[in-house]
Amino acid sequence: MSPDKKLKPDLWQKEDWELEGKTGSKVNIIELKSITRRFEDGFAAVEDMNLEIKRGEFVTFLGPSGCGKTTTLRMIAGFEIPTEGQILLHGEDISGMPAYERPINTVFQRYALFPHMNIYDNIAFGLKLKKLPKAEIKKKVKRVLEMVDLEGFETRKVSTLSGGQQQRIAIARALVNEPEILLLDEPLGALDLKMRKEMQLELKSMHEKLGITFIYVTHDQEEALTMSDKIVVMSEGRVQQIGTPEDIYNEPKNAFVADFIGDSNIFNGIMTDKLKVRFCGTQFDCLDDVPHGTLIDAVVRPEDVIITSEEEGAIKGVVTSVIFKGVHYEITVESGKNEIVIQSTKAAKVGDRVGLNIEPDGIHIMIAEHTLNKIESNIVFDKEYYLEFLDGELKCDFTKLIPGSHMDEAGVLVDANGDEIDTDKLKVVISVKPDDISMSDDEEAGIISGKIINLIYKGDHYSYVVRTDVDQDFIVDDEDLWNMEDRVSLIIPEDKIEYSLKK
Amino acid sequence: MSVFRFSRKQLGIPYALFLMFFVVAPLLVIIYYAFTNGEGRFTLDNLSGFFTDPNTIGTLFYSFALAIVTTAVCLIIAYPIAYVLARSNMRHKSVIVMIFVLPMWINFTLRITALKEILTVIEGNLAFHPFLNSVIGMCYDFLPFMILPMYTTLMKLDGTLLEAANDLGASPLQTFLKVTLPLSVPGIVSGIVMVLLPSMTNYVVLDMLYNSTYIMGSLIGSYFAAYDWHNGSMISLILLLIILIFTLFTNQYEDDTNARGGAIL
Repeated sequence: MSPDKKLKPDLWQKEDWELEGKTGSKVNIIELKSITRRFEDGFAAVEDMNLEIKRGEFVTFLGPSGCGKTTTLRMIAGFEIPTEGQILLHGEDISGMPAYERPINTVFQRYALFPHMNIYDNIAFGLKLKKLPKAEIKKKVKRVLEMVDLEGFETRKVSTLSGGQQQRIAIARALVNEPEILLLDEPLGALDLKMRKEMQLELKSMHEKLGITFIYVTHDQEEALTMSDKIVVMSEGRVQQIGTPEDIYNEPKNAFVADFIGDSNIFNGIMTDKLKVRFCGTQFDCLDDVPHGTLIDAVVRPEDVIITSEEEGAIKGVVTSVIFKGVHYEITVESGKNEIVIQSTKAAKVGDRVGLNIEPDGIHIMIAEHTLNKIESNIVFDKEYYLEFLDGELKCDFTKLIPGSHMDEAGVLVDANGDEIDTDKLKVVISVKPDDISMSDDEEAGIISGKIINLIYKGDHYSYVVRTDVDQDFIVDDEDLWNMEDRVSLIIPEDKIEYSLKK
Repeated sequence: MSVFRFSRKQLGIPYALFLMFFVVAPLLVIIYYAFTNGEGRFTLDNLSGFFTDPNTIGTLFYSFALAIVTTAVCLIIAYPIAYVLARSNMRHKSVIVMIFVLPMWINFTLRITALKEILTVIEGNLAFHPFLNSVIGMCYDFLPFMILPMYTTLMKLDGTLLEAANDLGASPLQTFLKVTLPLSVPGIVSGIVMVLLPSMTNYVVLDMLYNSTYIMGSLIGSYFAAYDWHNGSMISLILLLIILIFTLFTNQYEDDTNARGGAIL
């Protein structure tokens, strides 16, 4: 069964869809203008999101669970109203328009077919509401059922259908309304792998034939890469990168995208010269022009690492594991403190000493972000001066912080002229390096506890993001492996904390 | 190795005994009395008497009318309450549910006596509005039985179905009529079963409201009070059959969760 056979675009009355989809491809059908969805407790599921989607595009929102992708989709559908920003459909603001007035239909993750209706009534639901003549409804339902390859299912009950069939009905129910935009909320998540692959191809070809704009939500990066024209990678309510599948894979903008899309080796490094980068204790040529001295993250895809003999390799190491993966072997090599994952069609033996080379076009340079934890803090005065820090206080030498100031006899901070300094107006930036913070599973050990919400392996250490109980995120570098969602206590040595006055 | 091995079968013994003594045996006694006369001989007089006595038939219809009105009033009051409780994002929802269930825990006599006093203050003499008072008393008594099964059904109603309807172009009202209401039918049927049948026979409420009206329950009660076991049993048996037919008819709409919702009481 080729997917092409199932899809008959001539079944559709609006045959010009296909044309519109291609000729009008430069027109923005929907635009998100700095939308934010904030809940009552202040948590923002989506923050300041900007996106333009062109008519006929297949756009995928990709990200781990809780990244805000579904919330964004729900705002486009009209189930949720953005707290800030605008959603423009054909240039008109629809952010306040109720879902039932929008020319947009949704395919739900759990199908959401009406259990008290048969297949015909399910599909005809939207058409009946539009008060179409009965004969026309019947014709349309028949056509759309042919399209999803479930002819003759009209009188069947929903409960008698398999998961895959239910999903096809859900797609048919949405498509029969001829929406301008079709939203798909992880529609294949509940299907088994084989079924999922088949449906991916079918959806893709449906999209090509119908020319409707598809907005697809998934956490499966492979699915996103296979199907989309454009991928929006999201994390923690923010867009990380927008681009074609090739862009996203080859030129990830940051370590999160690199780590989330495909397998990758990420190393901390530094630019040593023009087009020269140093990581893993070795200097490499690269193609990204980043200023000398910049701290960077270097991304190297496992298939871009070449294994040679020890003498010929720029990096030398010992093979620690070899896993057969069908088409290739996944080989892990340890070199000093770094661990490098390689995909190669040639096998290696554990314990082999090998050399590794990386071509310049195999190295992708990203300017390192978040190299410091910076927290703004207020000065409080309660007999003595303190800095607010997390849910406690911190003492620091304010006389060093504020040039020319000193303490008078009464313990009041005064400037060079002896006048009291208004500390309410001052803000202090507290900064801590990620590798100065350590983690413990003993709640009492550190000054604050939190849970690990993100982790990225960077060759010789892991980079964690810990969200503390007061909602302040910390970046922590640690050599040990902790798990996502682990509760940890952060130990921040006071002598490693640096203070500066906010200008 | 013990001599006596306890098996699953033996676990059923207490239940079987209970069933024998409290269900099967009384039923047989009722059937016996229904088809015998004072001398203990078999007779169909009781049966024919039921259908020929205009007083009995009149009471039957009156009971039906009272039960149907009571059920309808309960339904009209209970559905919006159940709906609001189940579908809103109210905090302390369980507390509010409790408020409706709480009267059930107060002694029945006390409740109805209180109601009687209130009605007397309002109406002056309770004898003026026997039907109205009966409906008020019954509704007061049975309202929680109506709310709970509907609340349970509406609670587990999948919210994405409502979103799907909305997405397909249904306004909130259309969504309610086409999705919420049809899907709450099992709860409604459970509620009806739990209110309609008892309100045909629960004459104690009426008695306590100094009510002169007669319903099926009062009829049975008066026969039994006059030591006429035979006619009383026949009426009970006929009511049993009516209930049985009714239950067979409604069974297809029910599902086990609603039964459990009712079982809380």
